[in-house]
Amino acid sequence: MNKVQNNRAWFLILPMLLLVAFSAIVPLMTVVNYSVQDVFDANTRFFTGTEWFEVMLNDRALQAALLRQFAFSFTILAIEVPLGIGIALLMPKRGWQASAVLILITLPLLIPWNVVGSIWQLFTRSDIGLMGVSIRELGYAYNITRNPSDAWVTIILMDVWHWTPLIALLCYSGLRAIPDAYYQAARIDRASKWAVFRYIQLPKLTNVLVIGVLLRFMHSFMIYAEPFVLTGGGPGSSTTFLSQTLTTMAIGQRDLGPSAAFSLIYFLIILLVCWVFYTAIMNSQKDNTTQGGA
Amino acid sequence: MTSSVPTTPDRVRRQAAEAAAKRRKRTRSATVRWRRRALLGFYLIFVILPIYWLLNLSFQSNSEILGTFSFWPRSFTLGNYVGIFTDANWYMGYVNSLAYVLMNMLISISVALPAAYAFSRFKFIGDKHLFFWLLTNLMAPPAVFLLPYFQLYYSVGLFDTHIAVALAHCLFNIPLAVWILEGFMSGVPKEVDETAYIDGYSFPAFFVKIFLPMIRSGIGVTLFFLFMFSWVELLLSRTLTATNAQPIASIMTRTSTASGIDWGTLAAAGVLTIIPGIVVVYFVRNHIAKGFALGRT
Repeated sequence: MNKVQNNRAWFLILPMLLLVAFSAIVPLMTVVNYSVQDVFDANTRFFTGTEWFEVMLNDRALQAALLRQFAFSFTILAIEVPLGIGIALLMPKRGWQASAVLILITLPLLIPWNVVGSIWQLFTRSDIGLMGVSIRELGYAYNITRNPSDAWVTIILMDVWHWTPLIALLCYSGLRAIPDAYYQAARIDRASKWAVFRYIQLPKLTNVLVIGVLLRFMHSFMIYAEPFVLTGGGPGSSTTFLSQTLTTMAIGQRDLGPSAAFSLIYFLIILLVCWVFYTAIMNSQKDNTTQGGA
Repeated sequence: MTSSVPTTPDRVRRQAAEAAAKRRKRTRSATVRWRRRALLGFYLIFVILPIYWLLNLSFQSNSEILGTFSFWPRSFTLGNYVGIFTDANWYMGYVNSLAYVLMNMLISISVALPAAYAFSRFKFIGDKHLFFWLLTNLMAPPAVFLLPYFQLYYSVGLFDTHIAVALAHCLFNIPLAVWILEGFMSGVPKEVDETAYIDGYSFPAFFVKIFLPMIRSGIGVTLFFLFMFSWVELLLSRTLTATNAQPIASIMTRTSTASGIDWGTLAAAGVLTIIPGIVVVYFVRNHIAKGFALGRT
């Protein structure tokens, strides 16, 4: 759409800007402020420069948590995005069945995050949980508080359960927005199902997938309540992700300087990865449209 | 005389062939349809089972939960729910949560609508940078902001009020609302605006009477997302409240005491947190299916 140049549009933005700035800029400045100081109490603080950043970047536990975080985020994206697209393609298109499936599928999204943890705890406990007991009956000594790989797999399963609906929901509505004419043209050309998916449905889904993938990536990087409730980060530190490390440091130990420095590093990492994702997807989309137009 | 001589008119043979093809196609698509249903069915079972288990445990007493393993409550009890509804500490949690979620929805949508309109219709100094900056707020992990938030809201005297949580959730809800609404608004042709101005509408009258009804489904979807993210968020709402505005998700941590975890109450409280969500999805379900991708394709 051709937009008109109009600087008065700023007035429409202003209320939003003030509100977001209040909740974003002031706290961010505080974090920057802390990250370069050693804070003892409200009145005793020393300027330390970039010392905390060096400490944090060389911290082995943090590096491990970061690696674990990336492994987790990419695993769940690799599972949830294709699965979500698949579910969206399978969902009924109209009638009461469509409504019923839609409501059932969205359920996990609307449960508070710590409740999700509780649900999965109740579900996977090997004495009272349906899944835990079933797996034990099958002869496998399933135990998420002792066995790190069990804990890891369970957390991924929980995340897939919790968040695949978001991708499915976005894709479902994206699919609904494709005009019938496209499908008719494909039928006339005798396009195979795969061709229809590859050249009609997938390109039309790109925009909603951008929202889905970015939101999923950001949220998986901030994951806190679910693993905290389910495993408490254990066994050992096998399911301790970045947010939990940070929260323990800031709230538990009140190490303000280091945790502020860590926060900024963390923020920059998310920013960088999201920017890369965003540009990559946007560029590939541009290629698609030029190909389609040619 | 050979058998190759046609005995039936062409038209009849063609119809027969078509009918046979149609029959084949119908049986094939029936198996395909059955397979699709089965696959979807498996997924739905996967979605439902943990929730079913929560429901199952919420109708059992603690001794039954820990004593015998069964697929359904043997001695059905509503005791856990009664416990929640008769204790003000518990049910006020739901009221608090709903209060700040509704406030947040109202604030977010009312500032996001004009902002999204500006982004979708006008070029202005710094528009692209501003939009990306907005998105970066979605990326700000709440853990990063916990402490500064606590201090900020404490120093302005908003600590432990509903509005504090509502404002804090604006951090991620307003950018999301602008992002989604901008997509919907870009889907409405600009000629609509121009025609309205020619017809003598002022901007506010046009916006409320003509434009908003056109993106109704977009607003529905946005409200759904606003509700969802504010309702499920825990870290900020827990940090910014103590007793008066404590959200339900935070009160639920009370079920684990020195004498062990009160599984029955935990399960019942969990079931009760799902219900507002079901109500909201029920009302916006048609919008989700019809509207979301509008303008974003």
